[in-house]
Amino acid sequence: MNHDYQKDIAGCGLTGLINKKKKPIDGSHIKKSLSLMNDRGNGLGAGYAAYGVYPEMADCYAFHVMYDFDSSRMEAEELLKANYEIEKIEAMPTKPVKEIVISPLLIRYFLKPKKDKITGDQSEEDFVVKTVMQVNSEIEGAYIFSSGKNMGAFKGVGNPAEIADFFCLEEYEGYIWTGHTRFPTNTPGWWGGAHPFTLLDWSIVHNGEISSYGINKRYLEMFGYKLTLLTDTEVVAYLFDLLVRKHGLDIGMACKVLASPFWKDIDKMDAEDKEIYTALRQTYGSALLNGPFSLLFGHSKGLVGINDRIKLRPLVAATKDDFVYMASEESAIREICPDPERIWTPRAGEPVIVDLEE
Amino acid sequence: MKKIDAKGVHFKELNENIRQALADGKTKITLNNVNGQYYIGTGLKGKDITINIEGVPGNDMAAFMDGPTIHVSGNAQDNISNTMNSGKVLVEGHAGDVLGYGMRGGRLFVRGDVGYRVGIHMKGQKRNMPVIISGGMAGDFFGEYMAGGVLILLGLNAKKGESIVGDYLGTGMHGGEIYIRGEVDIERCGAEVGIDDPDEHDLKTLEKYISEFCKDFSLDVKDIMKKPFKKLIPVSSRPYGNLYAY
Repeated sequence: MNHDYQKDIAGCGLTGLINKKKKPIDGSHIKKSLSLMNDRGNGLGAGYAAYGVYPEMADCYAFHVMYDFDSSRMEAEELLKANYEIEKIEAMPTKPVKEIVISPLLIRYFLKPKKDKITGDQSEEDFVVKTVMQVNSEIEGAYIFSSGKNMGAFKGVGNPAEIADFFCLEEYEGYIWTGHTRFPTNTPGWWGGAHPFTLLDWSIVHNGEISSYGINKRYLEMFGYKLTLLTDTEVVAYLFDLLVRKHGLDIGMACKVLASPFWKDIDKMDAEDKEIYTALRQTYGSALLNGPFSLLFGHSKGLVGINDRIKLRPLVAATKDDFVYMASEESAIREICPDPERIWTPRAGEPVIVDLEE
Repeated sequence: MKKIDAKGVHFKELNENIRQALADGKTKITLNNVNGQYYIGTGLKGKDITINIEGVPGNDMAAFMDGPTIHVSGNAQDNISNTMNSGKVLVEGHAGDVLGYGMRGGRLFVRGDVGYRVGIHMKGQKRNMPVIISGGMAGDFFGEYMAGGVLILLGLNAKKGESIVGDYLGTGMHGGEIYIRGEVDIERCGAEVGIDDPDEHDLKTLEKYISEFCKDFSLDVKDIMKKPFKKLIPVSSRPYGNLYAY
């Protein structure tokens, strides 16, 4: 038997952790956990989201922006300066990593919307979302890949350790972290296509394939979202923004929209639940995520893990003291938490919702 | 006894070390500090080989394995015993999804729970009958597309009134036998599945397999056999047998 046969057999890998008491943890832990699943990716994308990393700038939106050309930067900054008070502009701290030979220009902005630019019944968040959509869809070679407060996304083309080192992740401290290593299947492996996908404070890392991308995309476009990153996962970030921020659903309910119960299970519910879940499916049929997925959803108040309704992708969860961990593989959790109090595999479509303590 | 420290060792190197130890004539190998390394025991051939694993082995353990015994002291992950031909895998803790995919011989015994799609596409014949037993509970699609072999689910840790098996039980099943300890709701089963009480002959076979399981995990077989089992079998026979001849 020939054991030298080489083939890349992999799926994406994801991992996340939260400290419910907001104890700051540096980026080395998430890097270690994700690196254990290095073989789930193929070096064509890795990234991290971190919450609590900019406490001194917590009242500003932190924009992380990728530029392909100097002209992209000039054009984007013109738009930003016209609409925002810019507290700080700086190159994102990076360090040379041998394997990462090319990268876009990476600039970080801390900014606040100019009050007089927010018009009508627009909220401040609506205004920021509009800016992100405008820059990403209208300015060639400019991508705002992170736009929340006191949080940030760090991502690019490389494997987990390379991307962590490149962005000096160990120098950041946060209380929620997610990480993702990518094995692109049917969309390009490029810097903007790496996970996480973010909008405002929402961030998504995802293993799987959103087969309903076309339906979800058209639905989101009706609400003004523009899908520019060439990857299915992008819809999930915007769906959470629409469902939770705009439509006021709680996170548990939003999860039941994305991974709704089957009709046969709704039929068995009591009258009240039947009415609720029927209404949810009827109202949000176009927001249902079809296809295999496990995903971690980070936000300013917590961390959520969920997989599809028939569990076509893996997800393991564990607790230890004030920490909750979730990952594609148990070993990725044990790599940074060798002795969890409880470790379990969430059932299909049943979200694990963890909130920060107030 | 050969000891190999797996701490921080990539799966490729670890599996090379195992093969080297076997080539050197060692038949009993203990792997310490295993965490997530894929393919342990995959493709290994030989009845006398025993591998003890301390830690959590990674996916695709014992795939295509033919003969060896692997003992895991804690939990294991997904895709164990894919197309395994013979030998035995013992997991003291829980194990993940898609266990025993297309398994065609040998034993996979899990003391605790198993995940989704266990025993999917399993096959067997009289001389080589694969058997999967879980002492705990199972997720959906247990025995999906099952074509042969035996799947046994004990639910020893189940709370009263709790279903020990998930939905879509035996969906597409067209061969083999599934035994569930306790009651089974027909609504959980695929359309191809019939529920029956095991007859005397079935109970004898069942006791034989469960005795082996109990011996391996130091459990009391009489205790387990006290509770009645349900037997699930396909109710259609070779539904596509005439597809090309009709």
